[in-house]
Amino acid sequence: MIIELGHYALILALVVAAVQSVFPVWGAVKSDHRLMGMAPGLAVIMFLLTCVAFAALTWAYLNSDFSLVNTYQNSHSNKPLVYKISGVWGNHEGSILLWVLILVLFGALVAVFSRNIPQRLRAATLGAQGWVSFAFLLFVIVVSNPFTRISPAPLQGLGLNPMLQDIGLAIHPPILYIGYVGFSIVFAFAAAALILGKLDAAWARWVRPWILVSWIFLTLGISMGSYWAYYELGWGGWWFWDPVENASFMPWLTGTALLHSAIVMERRDALKVWTVFLALLTFSLSLLGTFLVRSGVLTSVHAFAVDPARGLFILAILLIFVGGSLTLFAWRAPLLRQGGLFAPISREGSLVLNNLFLTTACAAVFVGTLYPLVLDALTGDKISVGAPFFNLTFGPIMVPVLVLMPFGQLLAWKRGDAWGVAQRLTSAFVVAMLATVGLIWFMGVSTTSIMTALGFGLAFWAIFGSLWEIIERSQLFKIGFGRSMARIKGFTPTVWSTVLGHAGLGITVLGIVTTMAFESERVEVMRPGETLEQNGYIVTYEKSWTQNGPNYQEMVSQYTLRKGGNVVGIMEPSKRAYNASGMPMSETSIATVGFSQVYFATGDSDENGGIVTRIYFKPLITLIWIGTVIMSLGGCIALFDRRLRVGAPVSARKRKGVAGGVATATPAE
Amino acid sequence: MTRKQKRLGLIGLAGLVLGSAVGLVLYGLSSSVTYFQSPSDIVEQQLEVGQRIRLGGLVEDGTLDKSQGSVILFRVTDQAEAIPVSYKGILPDLFREGQGIIAEGHLNERGVFIADTVLAKHDESYMPKEVYESLKEDGHWMEKEQAASAERSSKVN
Repeated sequence: MIIELGHYALILALVVAAVQSVFPVWGAVKSDHRLMGMAPGLAVIMFLLTCVAFAALTWAYLNSDFSLVNTYQNSHSNKPLVYKISGVWGNHEGSILLWVLILVLFGALVAVFSRNIPQRLRAATLGAQGWVSFAFLLFVIVVSNPFTRISPAPLQGLGLNPMLQDIGLAIHPPILYIGYVGFSIVFAFAAAALILGKLDAAWARWVRPWILVSWIFLTLGISMGSYWAYYELGWGGWWFWDPVENASFMPWLTGTALLHSAIVMERRDALKVWTVFLALLTFSLSLLGTFLVRSGVLTSVHAFAVDPARGLFILAILLIFVGGSLTLFAWRAPLLRQGGLFAPISREGSLVLNNLFLTTACAAVFVGTLYPLVLDALTGDKISVGAPFFNLTFGPIMVPVLVLMPFGQLLAWKRGDAWGVAQRLTSAFVVAMLATVGLIWFMGVSTTSIMTALGFGLAFWAIFGSLWEIIERSQLFKIGFGRSMARIKGFTPTVWSTVLGHAGLGITVLGIVTTMAFESERVEVMRPGETLEQNGYIVTYEKSWTQNGPNYQEMVSQYTLRKGGNVVGIMEPSKRAYNASGMPMSETSIATVGFSQVYFATGDSDENGGIVTRIYFKPLITLIWIGTVIMSLGGCIALFDRRLRVGAPVSARKRKGVAGGVATATPAE
Repeated sequence: MTRKQKRLGLIGLAGLVLGSAVGLVLYGLSSSVTYFQSPSDIVEQQLEVGQRIRLGGLVEDGTLDKSQGSVILFRVTDQAEAIPVSYKGILPDLFREGQGIIAEGHLNERGVFIADTVLAKHDESYMPKEVYESLKEDGHWMEKEQAASAERSSKVN
């Protein structure tokens, strides 16, 4: 009964989406207030209906109702509770339902929180969001319905893939999807602006919070996915340039560009057409990512298994939305008024450069990701484009971004003074060079290559160059400490968000360079009591034993990790065999020492009691993820910018009405 | 500067950046991609020693040798030809004889494939797509036994 209710709610949501796709947009074009007024209510109803559907599926998982094909294939009654809940999205059907849930959630959020934007823009935006919702609800119902029954109902489920029985599954997909799908609302805002033919600085101000929220979650989602793959896959890699990773990285690159161009548009009323284009492009790349992940056209270490019908359906959605939005853009964009002027050397100029490099980098990733597909289709040659290609192309394109970033931060709007900024940054440069020399000395002069030294220099330059804005604005070292602190307290959120965003990137780069240059690995067969020594660490293999987990049996091996005579970790990697599927699974064990990590994985044991032990030494690797968290923090602070909450101009008549406590139906525009 | 000059400057700069990027991408595609090859391809084409490729096929039954400690030896076959592979490290959990795998690495002078990465997807009924297609093309696909498992793999996510 509950299942049927969920299924029915999903179909009703589709109907609501169809209504929302047509009438509010029609109302916005014809200035019909009744039709426009429908939009917020519809968006909220659609969200509630999808919630019911999602709750029904969750109920089926919690109660181990195996009369559903979906729960039968992906669940098991003695799975721990947390994996029963996260198991809802640990499969194709459930995760696409989560995708849709977040999609309609964003529509509902705009309906509830964007009261202060003009009614026409809001109605058209929710209408455009309705198109996306309709397409994906249809996709769920037609080709990936989680509510399909199976009769007679089996007594027990097949169990969730052991890879996914991890806390990472509970957190990573929802966060990543909020980022991925959040850009749909930005897309809807852009489509609405094109339909209405009205695009001004205020538009950028209304859209920017949504860009920020999506960007923050996408950043965290990618970073968390990277850490999950790092400790779960057991290869010690944190980024594989795998198609599925690239699929989320491409919208991140254009989303970051969009974040910056929207600032130019908001402050200076410039780059308007470009900003709209980026908004359309970013969501198109999100859709492309969804297609790549779901259709199975590419082999990946992370993808779900696939069904051709689904691939074709998503391809159709992709083509309709990309083609449609580009057509709309080509048709309406020339009507938009050109924006303000600025000198090449200026804050705007530097942000244009940022956009240029980020989109070019995205294009390089795009080519590398899709080239194998194209080549296979044209010639039948099967190739794989891996890390060497991306390091060669993506790396050099990002170098100028890091070099120029601190300059852009200090340049004035409209017309800047590059030479003046360079002089102001001299001290930051000196500090960065000192830090570089210090790190090289610490890591060992003889083992550091020129490229690594340059990488260190670049990372420290990005970090200190970004932080310099704080020192300069507070005039620390120039006026008294107390007065500087008072100045620091008075900083606007914008200052902090820029500094943290940029310094966070520098920290991530520092982690990447150090890990790539100095990581090492040992593979040895170890017998109880044996020790090995590397990088100043001493590893002793103590013993191993078998034990039972909630739904698996495991063999745990215990190692003692020492550094400088002190025990820094008792490591217990294990090999598990899951009861439901009999599938084997290795669990790694990681010790964090300062910002570095030592990573243990075990292989087979031999006849003489020896066990194959693989140990990775990863210096400063945690900086990679710490940097991304700092970047996201910068994004969060930017959300507190007061300017983002300035509403649409309200007529004097209405204001009086509100002040007098009289409800009024006067439209905001 | 006039508006026109600024625009020309911007277009010039964009052209320069894009041009360099295109150059990098083309160079990258010509120098750093790895081709997927089956054991038969390697035997036919007389692959150069040291050239990096991805070797795909089934792990031949009865060839897995773990007696060398951390160095593991096995043969990869496409039912027509077989190539000996040596790999130092920990094999994926689902690596076993008869399973489709992809090994990345190069051939040494003695015709042994030195793998630095071995991929066997973390799903018991999974067959890497390239391996499946190349076996099918060569007519060595064991339709009956494996069709059932391929069917299952499309369902078990």
